[in-house]
Amino acid sequence: MAEAPIIAIDKVSKIYGNANARTVALQDVSLTIQKGELVSLVGPSGCGKSTLLRLVADLDTPSQGAITINGHAPEQARKQREYGFVFQAPTLYDWRTVERNARLPLEVMGRPADTWQARLDKMLAMVGLRDFHHHYPWQLSGGMQQRASIARALSFDPAILLMDEPFGALDEFTRERMNMELLDIWETTHKTIIFVTHSIAEAVFLSSRIVVMTPRPGRIAATVAVDLPYPRNFETRESPRFFELVTQVRETLKEEFVGHA
Amino acid sequence: MSALAANEMAAPRRSFWDRPWVAPLFVFVAVLAVWELIVLLLRPPTFLLPPPTLIWQSLSSQFGALMSYGFNTFQEAVGGFLIGCGLGLLAAMVVARSRWLADLLLPFAIASNSVPIVAMAPIAIVWFGIGPWSKVAIVAVMCFFPTMVSTVRGLTSAAPDAVALMHSYAASDWQIFTKLRVPSALPFVFNALKICTSVSMIGAIVAEFFGGAVNYLGIYIKTQAGILKTPDAWAAIVVACLYGLAFYFAIVLLERWLMPWHRHRDQR
Repeated sequence: MAEAPIIAIDKVSKIYGNANARTVALQDVSLTIQKGELVSLVGPSGCGKSTLLRLVADLDTPSQGAITINGHAPEQARKQREYGFVFQAPTLYDWRTVERNARLPLEVMGRPADTWQARLDKMLAMVGLRDFHHHYPWQLSGGMQQRASIARALSFDPAILLMDEPFGALDEFTRERMNMELLDIWETTHKTIIFVTHSIAEAVFLSSRIVVMTPRPGRIAATVAVDLPYPRNFETRESPRFFELVTQVRETLKEEFVGHA
Repeated sequence: MSALAANEMAAPRRSFWDRPWVAPLFVFVAVLAVWELIVLLLRPPTFLLPPPTLIWQSLSSQFGALMSYGFNTFQEAVGGFLIGCGLGLLAAMVVARSRWLADLLLPFAIASNSVPIVAMAPIAIVWFGIGPWSKVAIVAVMCFFPTMVSTVRGLTSAAPDAVALMHSYAASDWQIFTKLRVPSALPFVFNALKICTSVSMIGAIVAEFFGGAVNYLGIYIKTQAGILKTPDAWAAIVVACLYGLAFYFAIVLLERWLMPWHRHRDQR
């Protein structure tokens, strides 16, 4: 890997609270991500995976250590709009239609509507909302709302997509369909994606690499390269290698828990 | 719920009895009928409880005059409403900008709900004269606090992730204010404004009880009740209701115009 990583996390710790009540959310986490990778952060709640994502996004600041994105500090990367963030809840604005929600970042960034409208239409079509431009969020199902929020994150064409358990609130059927759609999006747009999830199967199905995290204190237990070939489909989920990888990730988590008990 | 299902729900035609105004209308007519019946059967003195038909006679015989008195009072109410709610909105925008200012001032604003502001009407007359401005002042003070408290709540109601989303776009404070905080505050603001429509009519009429010109509803109600012409007083109260309802629905129309996304939410 001669190319400089697009995201470099170097010995990052995050400590909440004061001297009396300290919570070590992250301890000494180092990770590098290459351009075009789809990396999942997987682990039980409290392992710091969402915290790590928020530190990369500059929605929170590390207590120790440094993060660089494209050679910039997170704050500068945020100000240069280098990433799109997808939250667990769709976080659509009630007063905006689907199209105007997806256009919000363009408005904030002052990007001219006439040059970006075509891209906006393309993104909404890509997430399957071509016929729902003028619907309000409450008129959509949970899956469609999350699709709208993905279109919004892609509308301004950031190089990086940060996704914080985006499908965690969806039923399993919708979630598996959204996984397929996300892979399609990733393969057509070549974005670098960090995907936070607590589902091992979801992480194995999506990722090129899995970062397994464990709690108390939050840290990286192992990274697992996923050698399942792309494009992945329903057969992928039924292949023996898929189950091997799921088992491997689960064993890593189990060892960590047994080791700490 | 999917959009498809939402469309299907609107499809079946609602019968006459399902219309939202039908049941209240019947209750209204029934109450009038029972009232009339009680008066017919028990024959109380007219000044104590005039029958609806007598109030109707009084109303129709001097409808023009009553409506013009009502309009005078309505103008006081609207003037006080505009000043009070307007200042309340401005104060809320200032207060919501700083945490410590909100913590310092909001307890007083909330406590002021329990202060009987109309009781200050005699003082307002000393300050602003016997004319309409003393009533406008009372109404303005009555509208100020509920508007401010609700608006501050509204401006600080945006979900943390909705704010984080804006930060992820490196949005300016002004953009967060106009594109997120103000729209999220609108439902709170309109709840306050709707309450203030009735508060302002009450405030104007009660403030008039303490003195003023004869061609105002409050003075008219007070004098006619004083000489036991209670059907006239009741007729004036009906006119006050008409203006109050018109005021309320004007704000509802404004709300629907400014918040089109809220209109059909009940069907969810």
